[in-house]
Amino acid sequence: MSTSDTTATGDQAALETTSSEHHPALAHQFDSMAQQQGAATFGMWVFLLTEIMMFGGLFTAYLIYRIKYYPAFVAGSTSISVSWGFTNTLVLIASSFTMAMAVWSAHTGKRKPLVGFLIATMILGAVFLGIKGKEYYDKYDECHIPGHVIGKGFNAWGGCSVQNPGLGNIAQEIVEHAKESGETIPLPSAEQTARQTEIFFSFYFLMTGLHAFHMIIGMLLMTWLLLRARRGDFGPSYYTPVELGGLYWHFVDIVWIYLFPLLYLISRHKGAA
Amino acid sequence: MAEHAHPTPKLYFIIFITLAFFTCATWAIAFLDLGIFNPIVALAIACTKATLVILFFMHIRYSDRLTMLTVSLGFFWLMILITLSLSDYLSRTLLVR
Repeated sequence: MSTSDTTATGDQAALETTSSEHHPALAHQFDSMAQQQGAATFGMWVFLLTEIMMFGGLFTAYLIYRIKYYPAFVAGSTSISVSWGFTNTLVLIASSFTMAMAVWSAHTGKRKPLVGFLIATMILGAVFLGIKGKEYYDKYDECHIPGHVIGKGFNAWGGCSVQNPGLGNIAQEIVEHAKESGETIPLPSAEQTARQTEIFFSFYFLMTGLHAFHMIIGMLLMTWLLLRARRGDFGPSYYTPVELGGLYWHFVDIVWIYLFPLLYLISRHKGAA
Repeated sequence: MAEHAHPTPKLYFIIFITLAFFTCATWAIAFLDLGIFNPIVALAIACTKATLVILFFMHIRYSDRLTMLTVSLGFFWLMILITLSLSDYLSRTLLVR
């Protein structure tokens, strides 16, 4: 981060400015580029902490309901595809790696790798969102959308089983599962549990939806970074936007790191893959 | 802001492989019946992964003390949010007779 490093395009621009020897991206309230980036990074972290508290509130609410309606949460969790969730976790981790490499490329003044890694991150982000969309569609198809928002409630109350015979009948599955482990659960009580899985699906859609929304914002940030990177805005002494974009992207990754075990991996040993 | 050694691509790749390994581990372990330890192991692995991302990908291991302290305090508040809320909800039934 030293300003004596003259290899970057940005630094050459700084040297050409004879009247004042500072970098064109240096705002006047800062003494140095290092101080400016320190302040920006600190500010970004403060923002991310407010995000952590927002997701933290959702996670806390999720945990309380999970403890309160545990059998329903098991039924809901085992109905979502752990393979897709697992794949998406790997995709997102890979995108975090390419993002870290993009920040490194910007920091070391490598423009082409920077553009390449940003594009790779965006592609992986798009793959994640695509898989997420497929999972949402499956939930729609299985009539697991909570409430009667789109005219399809749970099988026991809505008309789903007529449209999709054999799909979405969580109550029936609960009875079957209990039978396999030698227990008997009467259908009305299983229907009660099935009704409670709507709470699980509400959390599922809210939390993964908010996460996906953050991904979309991240993709827009990537597009902006990509345009600036192609223009050659970033170099060893100025790459703060890439660094902050990276922090945001990694934060979104961390949220998913918690969403995956909490939503997909409840009592998997009892349920289907 | 102290001048810092930035992590190398090699280190980033090692972290990436470690994260992928932990992801496979948490997926495989989920199918074993560990009783009460299933969610504990899953969350322990998630916390390990998150810590690796924060320390290396997010450069906290290489940042100044102010940022380190701010981030730790943020997570401390998150812990207060979760533990105090849960200790309330989990202990309510204990008092009902």
